[in-house]
Amino acid sequence: MLTLRSLRAVLGGRPVLHGIDAVARAGRVTAIIGPNGSGKTTLLRAIAGDLPHSGSVAIDGAEVARLKPWDLAARRAVLPQATTLAFPFTVAEVVRLGLTAGPHAGRSELVEPALAEVDLPGFGPRLYQELSGGQQARVQLARVRVQVWDPVVAGRPCWLILDEPVAALDIAHQLAVMRVLRRYADAGGGVVMVLHDLNLAAMAADEVWLLHEGRLLAAGSPAEVIGGAELARAYGCPLTANRPAPPGATFVLPHALWAGAA
Amino acid sequence: MVALEATAVLPGDRSGAARRTTLILAVLLLAACLASLSHGATGVNPGRLLAAWWAGEPLAERDRLILWEIRLPRLLTGLFVGASLAVGGAVMQGLFRNPLADPGLVGVGAGAGLGAVTAIVLGGLAPAWVASLLGWHLVPVAAFAGGWISTLILYRISTRAGRTSVATMLLAGIALGALAGAATGVLVYLADDRQLRDLTFWGLGSLSGASWAKVTAAVPIMALALAAAPFLARGLNGLALGEAAAHHIGLPVQRVKAAAILTVAAATGAAVAIAGGIGFVGIVVPHLLRLACGPDHRFLLVNAGLLGAALLLMADLVARSIVAPAELPIGIVTAVLGAPVFLWILLRRRGVVDL
Ligand SMILES: Nc1ncnc2c1ncn2[C@@H]1O[C@H](COP(=O)(O)OP(=O)(O)OP(=O)(O)O)[C@@H](O)[C@H]1O
Ligand SMILES: [Mg+2]
Repeated sequence: MLTLRSLRAVLGGRPVLHGIDAVARAGRVTAIIGPNGSGKTTLLRAIAGDLPHSGSVAIDGAEVARLKPWDLAARRAVLPQATTLAFPFTVAEVVRLGLTAGPHAGRSELVEPALAEVDLPGFGPRLYQELSGGQQARVQLARVRVQVWDPVVAGRPCWLILDEPVAALDIAHQLAVMRVLRRYADAGGGVVMVLHDLNLAAMAADEVWLLHEGRLLAAGSPAEVIGGAELARAYGCPLTANRPAPPGATFVLPHALWAGAA
Repeated sequence: MVALEATAVLPGDRSGAARRTTLILAVLLLAACLASLSHGATGVNPGRLLAAWWAGEPLAERDRLILWEIRLPRLLTGLFVGASLAVGGAVMQGLFRNPLADPGLVGVGAGAGLGAVTAIVLGGLAPAWVASLLGWHLVPVAAFAGGWISTLILYRISTRAGRTSVATMLLAGIALGALAGAATGVLVYLADDRQLRDLTFWGLGSLSGASWAKVTAAVPIMALALAAAPFLARGLNGLALGEAAAHHIGLPVQRVKAAAILTVAAATGAAVAIAGGIGFVGIVVPHLLRLACGPDHRFLLVNAGLLGAALLLMADLVARSIVAPAELPIGIVTAVLGAPVFLWILLRRRGVVDL
C-alpha cells in the first residue's frame, strides 16, 4: 500500500503540492490525471523519494524519506517523464542499468525477456542513441521493469512509478504497455502512473486521481472521476464523457482490450 | 547444449571485447615499459643486464646508476602520470556526463598547478606541524587541494538540478583556468631565488626531471586515486542516466559524486605536481576506448589506466628521440597527437555540443 498523508512540497520557493491525502493499493492500477503544471510529476517525484517534502509518503509502511537508495530500489522502480543518456550505450547495457540494485541485481538474463515485453526483441546490440524516440521510451520502460521484475518479492509487493509511460508511443504500443501493467497489477504488484490520455486512463486504470493546482480534486473509479463534474473544472474546458460513441462524431475506440490478450 | 545456452553472452553486451582489450593493453604497456627502460643516450639495455645478472656477472656501477637513478624514476613517473591523467579524465567525463570534460581543459589542471605553486612559494608560512607532517608530500597534496576546489566550483556552476550544461562547463572552465593561471603568475613573480629553483624542480610539462624524491611524494596519491576508480564504475554508469534516475536504480548519488570529485582531484593534482600540465591524454584515451568497447565504466576505467600509461611512455620516447640529444617537453607531443582527435570529437558531436 502506498500512503500519502498531508503531502506538501515546495519547488523554487513556490508551494506546488498543498496537502495531498491518498492511498494506492498493490494489485490495482492507479492513474494520475490533471492539466499541465497541476503537480503530477512533482507528486510522482515525492512518491519516488526524490523530493524533500512535508507530510508523509510511505510504501508498505516504510517512510520513503528514511529508506536508503538501495532499499528504495528494491521496492519501487521509477520512469521519469524524460530521460537522457550521456554515452553510447547499447540497448542491452541500458536495460542492465536497471539491475544495478534491487531484488534481481546482476541477473542479466532478464534483459531479453524485458525487451521482448516492450516489443523490442533482439534490439540488445543496437545503440540506444540510434533508436527512434518511441523505441527509446520503450527501452527505458524495459530498464524500469527489470528492476522490479517479479511483482511480489518475499510476500511484499513491488511498485512501478511511471511518469507518462506511453506519451511517445503509437496506439498499438500504448495498449501493449497497458496490458503489461495490467498483468503486473493482477500478479500483485502496484502501478502508479501519470497519463494525459483520458480515454486510456478510463480503460486501463482501476483508480484515478485528478490533480488540479497541487490539490487532489477527485479520486475514485474511472467512471466516478472521468465521468464526474470536477473533470471539466480541472481542465478549464467543457468536456463530456460518453458511454456509446457520440452521434455524428468520428471516434476511434480500440477494440479487444484485455480480452484478446497479446 | 543447455550448458552452452546458460553461458551464452547477452546480445549487446560488450564486456567480452572489453576484457580482451584489457589483455592487449597490458601487453602493450609491458612493451612500453621495456622500451622506456632500454632507451637512452647510453647503450644500457635491461635485457643484456638481465642476461648478465643471470650469468652471475656483477653489474657495472655505471649501468646500475643509470637504470636505478635515471630510468626507473622516469618510467614510474610516466606510468603513473599517464594512468592518472587518463583515469582522471574518464572519471570526470562520467561525473559531468560529457565526453569533452577533461581536467586539463576545464581549469582543474590549472587549479592544481596553483595549489602546487602556492605550496612552494607560500609553504614557508604554513605552521611547522603541517610542513613536518606532509614533508615531501606538501606540494602534491596542495595540488590535490587546488584540483579539488576547482572541480567543486566547476560542478556547482555548471550543474543544475542534476543536469550539466556543456556550454557552461566549458566556459566556466576557461574562466577558472584563467583565474588560476593569473594567481599562479602573481605567485611566481613573488617567488625568491630558492623558490624559483623549487618551481623548476617540480617541472613544467616534462618528465625529464623525474627523481625518486618526486616519485615517492606523488605516486602514493596517484596510486590511491587509481585504486579507488574501479569502485566508482557502477555509480558512473548509473549517472549516465542522470542524477534522478541514478537514485532510482539504487545508487547513493551524493556519495558517488563526492568520491568521483576527490578521485579526479587526486589523480590530476598529483600528476600536475610532478609533471606539469600534460594535455589531451585525459580526453583522447577514454574516447578511443569508448569507440572500441563501449562506455561501461567497469572496463573503461581499467583500460584507460593501461592505455594512458602506455601512451604517455610512448610519447615520452618520442619526446626523447626526435630532437636527441635534447628533448621536447612531452606536453607538446601529446598536444600534437591529441588536439586533432579532440577537434574530430567536436566535429562528430557538433549537434550535441551546440548551445
Ligand atoms: N524545479 C522547479 N522549480 C520551480 N517550480 C517548479 C519546478 N518544477 C516544477 N515546478 C512548478 O510546479 C508545478 C507543477 O509541476 P509538475 O511538473 O509537477 O507538473 P505536471 O502536472 O507534471 O505537468 P505536465 O503535465 O506538464 O507534465 C508547475 O507550476 C511548475 O511550474
Ligand atoms: Mg509532468
